[in-house]
Amino acid sequence: MATKTDFSAATGAARAAALSNEEVLRYSRHLIMPEVGMEGQLKLKRAKVLCIGTGGLGAPLGLYLAAAGVGRIGVVDFDAVDLTNLQRQILFSTEDVGRPKIEAAAERLRHLNPDIQIDRHETKLTSENALDLFRDYDIVVDGTDNFPTRYLVNDACILLGKPNVYGSIFRFEGQVSVFGYEGGPCYRCLYPEPPPPGLVPSCAEGGVLGVLPGIVGSLQAVEAIKLILGKGDSLAGRLLLFDALAMRFRELKLRRNPACPVCGDHPTIKELIDYAEFCGIRGEEAPAPQANVPEITPRELKSRLDRGDDLFILDVREPHEYQICNLGGYLLPLGDLPKRVSELDSSREIIAHCRSGKRSAEATEFLQKAGFRKVLNLKGGILAWSDEVDPSVPKY
Amino acid sequence: MAIKVIIPTPLRGYAGKQDSVDVQGATVGQALNSLTSRYGELKRHLYAEDGRLRSFVNVYVNDEDIRYLQKDDTPVKEGDTVSIVPSIAGGAFQAEPSTLAKKQNSRGEGLDGHQD
Repeated sequence: MATKTDFSAATGAARAAALSNEEVLRYSRHLIMPEVGMEGQLKLKRAKVLCIGTGGLGAPLGLYLAAAGVGRIGVVDFDAVDLTNLQRQILFSTEDVGRPKIEAAAERLRHLNPDIQIDRHETKLTSENALDLFRDYDIVVDGTDNFPTRYLVNDACILLGKPNVYGSIFRFEGQVSVFGYEGGPCYRCLYPEPPPPGLVPSCAEGGVLGVLPGIVGSLQAVEAIKLILGKGDSLAGRLLLFDALAMRFRELKLRRNPACPVCGDHPTIKELIDYAEFCGIRGEEAPAPQANVPEITPRELKSRLDRGDDLFILDVREPHEYQICNLGGYLLPLGDLPKRVSELDSSREIIAHCRSGKRSAEATEFLQKAGFRKVLNLKGGILAWSDEVDPSVPKY
Repeated sequence: MAIKVIIPTPLRGYAGKQDSVDVQGATVGQALNSLTSRYGELKRHLYAEDGRLRSFVNVYVNDEDIRYLQKDDTPVKEGDTVSIVPSIAGGAFQAEPSTLAKKQNSRGEGLDGHQD
């Protein structure tokens, strides 16, 4: 594992033996750089890169790899384009909303560079299909959004000996590294286990600055291209941290863990496992833990309000969410509820709500334990209110 | 006089919304203890019930992982930077938001203010 891996040697398709005159012109700003040159450009042309996910990270990654002339780009995704994607997923346009991501992504990449091959893998990555999917590619780039898939990508890459260009983001902060490259550490060396579901806020809870995946995905593209060219110092053995708020890059040392269950000296994981189980997730969605709290549907609430019932609407969201939309309720964020519970009148009937009904279920449970007898959770939250009662209330 | 602890974005809500906190201590363990005594909620995010650092939270002194130094006993000196680096999963953001942090005890502590 000591020598540089030459990703172009193994394939050497005849059609990639030379560049057409048009390709020479297209890639001229690469060709005139000695670090790339004709040799490097041909390596790019012969390279095969698999991008997991066409979302925030996959978008700049796919665009730059296609633009750079990576000869074969595989994309794996099974989702449809959603309006909330467009704030950061720059592969897609407004008219793509509703289309399968893989279709819109492949079309966009083909328009950018018709000379390359785009492989569409419209599937969910699973322990059953990952090895077969990865086998055809030189490099895998991880642009997923969840822990089970990250561990799956890592293990499959280690088992097959493929480098894994890793990127991850949260709000204003990103992480980038290269795992499993030339004997270097893997994702499990960095984090042996994922957090239990719910302990650390998931990304969808936290939001993300739209530009952030643009930066992190671009850094992943740089690393993938460097691996193909065999130039420079890769991020293998280093974890790059980016904080967009502070506008600061930091770098931490990563070491291969000799006791790592997948890449260590005596590996115990020799085939892919059940990653949902490994990450503590049973089934597709974790069941709502507060399923038993008393609820009221948006329609029931509407008719009771119309009747003039005395109801106290309690909004347990954050102040910045209240600014997006509200039902005129009393704002008391869930996190402040224990210390501000005395502000509430237990003699009145309280309707607790949040965005989707989860936080307010927790608030309802808390208030019941605190001795409040008449508390109902608005089922489905403001989202359901918008769907079933008042579409003028925006959803977010 | 102080050791700077860098707080990662996901945990800033439990540390007075600060991105770094100056603490005292001769070892990493003491420095983190000083941090969690000031911000009690941070503790259960950093440590498991058995008192060990959680396996998805790494701690670095400057750029070195304390797992490869002397763990909690790793000495720190004035001017050192201690980084807390938890795993984050985000990238494509297709998943439905998960539920809130679960309560760790029966006293109803641990209500968090994340979005749902």
